[in-house]
Amino acid sequence: MSLEKTYAEINAKIKAGKAVVVTAEELIQIVEEKGISRATREVDVVTTGTFAPMCSSGAFLNFGHSQPRMKMQKVWLNGVPAYAGIAAVDAYIGATELPEDDPLNSNYPGEFRYGGGHVIQDLVAGKPVKLRAISYGTDCYPRRQLETTITLSDINEAILFNPRNAYQNYNCAVNLGNKTIYTYMGMLKPNLGNAHYSTSGQLSPLLKDPHFKTIGIGTRIFLGGGIGYVAWHGTQHFPAIQKDSAGNDCGPAGGTLAVIGDLKQMSPEWLVGTSYLGYGATLSVGIGVPIPLLNEEITLYAAATDRDLYAPIVDYSEAYPNRQPGNLGYVSYAELKSGKINVQGKEVPTAPLSSYPRAKKIAAILKDWIASGQFLLTEPVKLLPGPEAGLCGKPLHSKE
Amino acid sequence: MSPRKIVLRFGPDISDKPVIYRLVKDYDLLVNIVKANVNPQKEGTMVLELTGEQYDRGLEYLRSCGVIVQDLTQEIVRNEEKCTSCGACTAICPTGALHIQRPEMVVCFNSDDCVVCQLCVRACPVKAMEVRL
Repeated sequence: MSLEKTYAEINAKIKAGKAVVVTAEELIQIVEEKGISRATREVDVVTTGTFAPMCSSGAFLNFGHSQPRMKMQKVWLNGVPAYAGIAAVDAYIGATELPEDDPLNSNYPGEFRYGGGHVIQDLVAGKPVKLRAISYGTDCYPRRQLETTITLSDINEAILFNPRNAYQNYNCAVNLGNKTIYTYMGMLKPNLGNAHYSTSGQLSPLLKDPHFKTIGIGTRIFLGGGIGYVAWHGTQHFPAIQKDSAGNDCGPAGGTLAVIGDLKQMSPEWLVGTSYLGYGATLSVGIGVPIPLLNEEITLYAAATDRDLYAPIVDYSEAYPNRQPGNLGYVSYAELKSGKINVQGKEVPTAPLSSYPRAKKIAAILKDWIASGQFLLTEPVKLLPGPEAGLCGKPLHSKE
Repeated sequence: MSPRKIVLRFGPDISDKPVIYRLVKDYDLLVNIVKANVNPQKEGTMVLELTGEQYDRGLEYLRSCGVIVQDLTQEIVRNEEKCTSCGACTAICPTGALHIQRPEMVVCFNSDDCVVCQLCVRACPVKAMEVRL
């Protein structure tokens, strides 16, 4: 019978300082040298990492009560609106929110130099942030306006809560049109001038657990430089195994994570305000997920290489904006990382939007945390839906 | 002799003078104008590639006319603290001055190859590329 390990056994080894922890890159080498069975026996935990723009991010903030008290109805942080329809002094600042006086794309392509993601980075860097609030006044909350400066340490709670992060896989974006386009996949030059992709491939957390055998609600993770947790499956969590037109297996696609953590213990190195010319502002987030090698099946998936993992090539000039199904074929992360791919017979230079050096660093940090006994694994309260759940996206129909 | 890249700044008093012509005619320099711009205040900025035996004398002439001469490599700066090595600039950079070093996948900037097109400045998601022209 093949080996089965438990979370408790692995945690006992971590506490005793005897756990064998390797990064996903290192596991690939170990499996190549020793095979799946020995790797499963010898390695306890594999660490993954990703660092890339993750739009569905934001933070809940509790400002504390002013004197007199105020039911903050509308709130701005450094001029960026935060959603205050929660409770008197709570607000949620979203990563893609923009100042109301931003020229947006009226001076096309707009620069979007500052947004919610930048506010979050400034907060986590300890910088003072201007808080402005207005209200209509009530008997218990008479104050109608407020302008002050806050810092992260001044306020009560700051909880990073990102409803959709760590995309399992993503499109390789190209432009078949005849003019430059400005997308959330960066600047795409006309006539297949370049191709952009955005995962860390063989280091990317959800590519390494495609069937969600270990990742679930309560999984303890590296989040923004601190410790966070998987709260739920993310929005648009549509895990599946991709097949090309010939029916070949092209690896996983579509899962996402909702993650939560204390912003106060995070770092501006791993939460970085980000702008996309002509598109908008967002936040780049660093996430690392540990994968316990409970059995050989989990090891097999965790040892997938850039050669085994594929991204669909999608045209962002016509097909993507008009939600046309299909793609221009699949390309492996090994090819994408080589710097050029072939699309429709043309050699196209590639570039990532996801930082591989930072993904490596996250996997290494998480490895150190676990190996030194300061980070124990959590057994998920409930695993996230895997490909077998058959979840798929619903299109939005415009009704008359 | 390989071309050297310099940035010239012209005040409004000299922006209408044929100084580049003089570089060619009097100093026998090979001139490649990479970028040229005159602002509404009639101040000019020019990025040049210059080759020739009399390079230093040519620069001396420019300075004597009141042109401010700067080395291009001082003008194009990558803020290393801000750069996350994402790579979004690399396929856009027309000369490969910004490129990815493999297999580490680290973004490198070779300012000698930069032609100051400034595409990277606008495309960099974390505003790590700074052009001080």
